[in-house]
Amino acid sequence: MGKLTGIEVSIACSEAVTLCDVDVIAAYPITPQTHIVEHLSEQVAEGHLDAEYIKVESEHSAMSCCVGSSAAGARTFTSTCSQGLALMHEIVMIASGLRLPIVMAVATRTLSAPLSIWGDQSDVMSERDSGWITIFAENGQEVFDLTVQSFRIAEDERVLFPVMLCLDGFHLSHVIEPIELESKEDVQAWLPPYKAKYRLDPDNVLSMGAFAMPDYFSEIKKQQNEALRGTLPVIKEVFKDFGDRFGRYYEPVTRYQTEEAETIIVMAGAFAGTARLAVDTMRAAGKKVGLVTIKVFRPFPFEEITEALAGAKTAVVIDRALSVAGPGGPMASEIRSALYHEQKKPAVVSMVGGLSGRDVFQEQFIELVERAEACVASGKIPQYEMFGVRE
Amino acid sequence: MEQIFVPRVLPVKEYFAPGHRGCQGCGPALAFRHMLKALGPRTILANATGCSEIISSPYPLTSWRIPWIHVAFENAAAVASGIESAYKVMMRKGKIPQERVNFVGMAGDGGTGDIGLQALSGALERGHDMIYVCYDNEAYMNTGIQRSGLTPFGASTTTSPAGKISKGQPTWKKDMPAIAAAHHIPYVATACASYPLDLYEKFAKAAKIEGPKYIHILAPCPTGWRCGSDETVEIGRAAVESGIFNLFEITNGKKTLSLKVPERRPVADYFKPQGRFRHLKEDDIAYIQKKVDEDYELLLSEVE
Repeated sequence: MGKLTGIEVSIACSEAVTLCDVDVIAAYPITPQTHIVEHLSEQVAEGHLDAEYIKVESEHSAMSCCVGSSAAGARTFTSTCSQGLALMHEIVMIASGLRLPIVMAVATRTLSAPLSIWGDQSDVMSERDSGWITIFAENGQEVFDLTVQSFRIAEDERVLFPVMLCLDGFHLSHVIEPIELESKEDVQAWLPPYKAKYRLDPDNVLSMGAFAMPDYFSEIKKQQNEALRGTLPVIKEVFKDFGDRFGRYYEPVTRYQTEEAETIIVMAGAFAGTARLAVDTMRAAGKKVGLVTIKVFRPFPFEEITEALAGAKTAVVIDRALSVAGPGGPMASEIRSALYHEQKKPAVVSMVGGLSGRDVFQEQFIELVERAEACVASGKIPQYEMFGVRE
Repeated sequence: MEQIFVPRVLPVKEYFAPGHRGCQGCGPALAFRHMLKALGPRTILANATGCSEIISSPYPLTSWRIPWIHVAFENAAAVASGIESAYKVMMRKGKIPQERVNFVGMAGDGGTGDIGLQALSGALERGHDMIYVCYDNEAYMNTGIQRSGLTPFGASTTTSPAGKISKGQPTWKKDMPAIAAAHHIPYVATACASYPLDLYEKFAKAAKIEGPKYIHILAPCPTGWRCGSDETVEIGRAAVESGIFNLFEITNGKKTLSLKVPERRPVADYFKPQGRFRHLKEDDIAYIQKKVDEDYELLLSEVE
């Protein structure tokens, strides 16, 4: 049982990174990630964490340093969001291709233009094909727990992929919550020291990052794809082991009040907390509504999603990101695609909102459910709708 | 540098393996070979995208007999920073044995002075204990001889072609060693594989100095410079003997000439075997000669 502490979620994330005894941090400041890297700087400056903190001149170099550090065999952490994540994009993909177990906390934020420092998930959604294990936290406790678990997942020899841990910018990063912080001894007993299977080492000479001609590229890409899909059982194993040790259990897809639910809200991240309250209110009023939250977005949990939604008539997928002039909400688009060949499946209604820090209130969730049910009843389901927007 | 070059003073062991895919007479390959002879096996190299990487690492083959990584075009300095930091902390924490390892970041002229300049500046400013190597063949050769910021004035490339109203590259070569030196790092040097012993000594010296080191190598490229593949070494010599590329060191801010040319050859000697300068008229060459003379006088005034 950890110590229940009132703490800002960004600080809790940094505390978890400290407990994991990372070797190298390379980061560049960007709102709203700043509190994470500021606190880590303090941890290093005060001697609480024996790490090299590389104060890089850009996010591109942050991820490049992380690739070098991880390739050398060091436990490596970074954090960014928004424009910073977009700037590192090129190297984000390479980190996965080189199978380097870097952990990155993303305090999710809008992508420009217009420039906006506020939160949504458009930055992370733009990285969804980058080959990273992508995990969404819903609250501060989850941020702390999943930070620790991210290192264990990434560094497992059956995995060796980088992990992107998403916490909603401001709505999570800047709030103070009561969080159970585990002790250094307990965390380090659960998380073994990282020992790289392959690393840049003069005693075991190897080349990393060779280029591939067309006669090899497809095979390598297929291996990467299969390997990343194959990490889901290991992720579940780590989640279970963490639960057995610390008493808090995680799953790739979480169901709330989904039994006999006719309509299910599907979403990821902090706003699910409000949706949970809306579900309670609707259930109390006799409406059969449930909530499914996606914790592990990559590898995409196809089976878990289809199972969770099989019994429902309507799935309202809420995206805090917009695929401009495309299928609307990126998560809705993927879920619709995942369900397409299923015999038993709900109609998928894509709702895009909560962009750039705009709140989604309890009443809005109720309205969204009513609107989605009306669409399904009328047989006229839009490709997507944007909600909470002035005309 | 009135020395007699005796091949036997260089280590016999090769760390840049033969059989790579460089063109005949590849100047950069010659430089890598001598660079690694000087640095030896306790060296880890982060290589930018470019000729050097393409000729040496077609999966599943490699020419590198040292630990080597390629990540992207503009970030060799940042990747090397990450490796150096990882080793530093892992040694401090007792995870790996304490020892002296050479951390090297390397890119071509474009990967150094154009797209990679920011990452390089960051790495130099942070003070990593690493050697950064720019092998300068004066254009984007890997993609087909496009001009870079380090392409010399008057050179015809595929994106600065000589034409009816163009004399080729319209700008003077970006002074990368000066930019590196402006970071007040302990060691900056220029080298050329036509002077292998000088190149070797500079790397051997850099390996012993703590902190960031910058070595700029002029590396003739027969394919891009439109010259014979047997002319690489001679053209490198003509570059130095004409004063168009000078061999010097800046050690803790003190600049010294590595080779004082008793009587400089005209730049026309250097231009003549190279097709990329073929279009230059006499007055163009005179214009360039004037600038080279001025730069050389400036250099002489700077050295101690």
